[in-house]
Amino acid sequence: MESIVIGVIGADVHAVGNRIIEYTLEREGYNVVNVGVLSTQEDFINAAIEANANIILVSSLYGHGEIDCRGMREKCIESGLKDVILYVGGNIVVGKQDFKEVEKRFKAMGFDRVFPPGTPIESVLHLIREDMMKNV
Amino acid sequence: MSNYLLVDIGSTYTKLTAVDLNKCDIVGSSRHFTTVDTDVRRGYEKAFMLLAEKTNITEYEKIYACSSAAGGLKMAAIGLVEELTVEAAKRVCLGAGGKVSLVYSHYLTQKDAESIRDGAIDIILLAGGTDGGNQECVIHNAAMLGKIGIQIPVVYAGNRSCQDQIQTIFKEYKIRGWICDNVMPRLNVLNIESARQVIQTIFMNNITAAKGIKKIEEEIDGGVLPTPYAVLKAAELLSRGYLHEAGLGDIIVIDIGGATTDFYSICSGMPKQANVLVHGLEEPFAKRTVEGDLGMRYSAAGVLKNLSEEQIKLYREKGIDLRQEANYRNANIDFLPKNEREEYIDSVLARLCADIATSRHVGIFSTVYTPLGVMYYQTGKDLSDVKFIIGTGGVIIYDRRAYDILKTTLRTPQKPMELRPRNPDFLLDYDYLTSAMGLLSMYHPEVALKIMKKRIKKIERAYYES
Repeated sequence: MESIVIGVIGADVHAVGNRIIEYTLEREGYNVVNVGVLSTQEDFINAAIEANANIILVSSLYGHGEIDCRGMREKCIESGLKDVILYVGGNIVVGKQDFKEVEKRFKAMGFDRVFPPGTPIESVLHLIREDMMKNV
Repeated sequence: MSNYLLVDIGSTYTKLTAVDLNKCDIVGSSRHFTTVDTDVRRGYEKAFMLLAEKTNITEYEKIYACSSAAGGLKMAAIGLVEELTVEAAKRVCLGAGGKVSLVYSHYLTQKDAESIRDGAIDIILLAGGTDGGNQECVIHNAAMLGKIGIQIPVVYAGNRSCQDQIQTIFKEYKIRGWICDNVMPRLNVLNIESARQVIQTIFMNNITAAKGIKKIEEEIDGGVLPTPYAVLKAAELLSRGYLHEAGLGDIIVIDIGGATTDFYSICSGMPKQANVLVHGLEEPFAKRTVEGDLGMRYSAAGVLKNLSEEQIKLYREKGIDLRQEANYRNANIDFLPKNEREEYIDSVLARLCADIATSRHVGIFSTVYTPLGVMYYQTGKDLSDVKFIIGTGGVIIYDRRAYDILKTTLRTPQKPMELRPRNPDFLLDYDYLTSAMGLLSMYHPEVALKIMKKRIKKIERAYYES
């Protein structure tokens, strides 16, 4: 079964959006492993190893996502997950910044797909499907 | 006739307890040195005679036994990620009454597999991957065990999706393998029961023979259970109650022995306040941890290793050279305190064992500062509201300072983040009957519960140190 790990990173307790993501992806037929709010990079990575996940989808809504996500790709490589596809979305930086710049910074950190504030999960389902095919 | 005999074959003593089912009470008990080197039956028969002299009973309707002789049940736990399937595998071993001697995560190397083979291990528990999750790792590990020609029974309790491949590997390498449900079917969900049953069946059928305990099976009904499992069952019964006979609610049982310190907590351990988030693997309602480096004799030197130089110095200021005392006890395992001072030093060691074992068992808080204010992560069980702490095992039962020993498990300002009990009552298993009642509870839970409630009593008065 195609598995995807979701959760909210760092000291962030925004639970509702994460629940919506879980619900939507489950309806799409994926095995969704939800590590919940207040999750560390290790929580995501450990879950992805045990569940053999293809995609890790990181949410952050409280502005500190950039600090929380730093070094995540390196840790994935270290843990044997070099091919895992990393998604990040939400209010991932402080304040209102030019999203092109933000995307560039997160891509440099090793994230494969970066989404701006207010992106509904439904609008990216086709990308998830595409990436799942790529990775299987 | 309704007399039952319950036998506990320990590493040092074989203990017999006779129970009258009609009266719901103990008729008598006796003990004799365990004779595992020659024939366990000899020690058992001696104890049987002693008991017969006391009670005039020589016929029993049923005889049941448990054992921790010859090192108990030594296990190796193998998983994938340390905090997840490795932890789950460890908990299954402990819940089945085993002692986790070796632990491995991720891919086994040939050297790892060889040290399992040469490590006097009784059963290997192989886990890894959630159902439908990672397969490569467990398949690699099973094959690695096969390649070095492992003869030890292997229990597979990993990813359900590759049970067939594992079965093929077992066949190919002629491994004595068993397949059961995944210890972690979904992330952070713990599933103990299936693997535990298989482990105990193997223990009864295969391990007891190797340890020279098998011979006793001619004398008893049913197979021999691991003693810690019997204690866990007794504690669970005492906590939960049975039908209309109420239990005690949330309890802790602590058993300090010569080689190990066992800590059992029977409660959900869920958070007691609102701003707490539970972190990590699901906790079993009846949880056992065993500390192989904390004990009064075989492991006395291990207690020292847990202390800092400063702590040892503090005892020296009180006139106790802990290092010398611990090493002496380590070298003379049949040492018994002969005077007030030696008794006191034994109680100091017991307090350290209880304190450190508690630190390792209880859950801990860690603080997170969020935009919504301070929140806490809780890792492990919250034991703050536990109502009773029960002491068992020779050291506590025969120590006048039992109260002071049990008191070290309480919450302390020195360890503010540990979720230790706050205000419990202290009980003592004066008749050393938890393992016997655990055995009895499999067949007559109501009787076992009534006897425990009658016999396990509150420690009324603390013994005050001068």
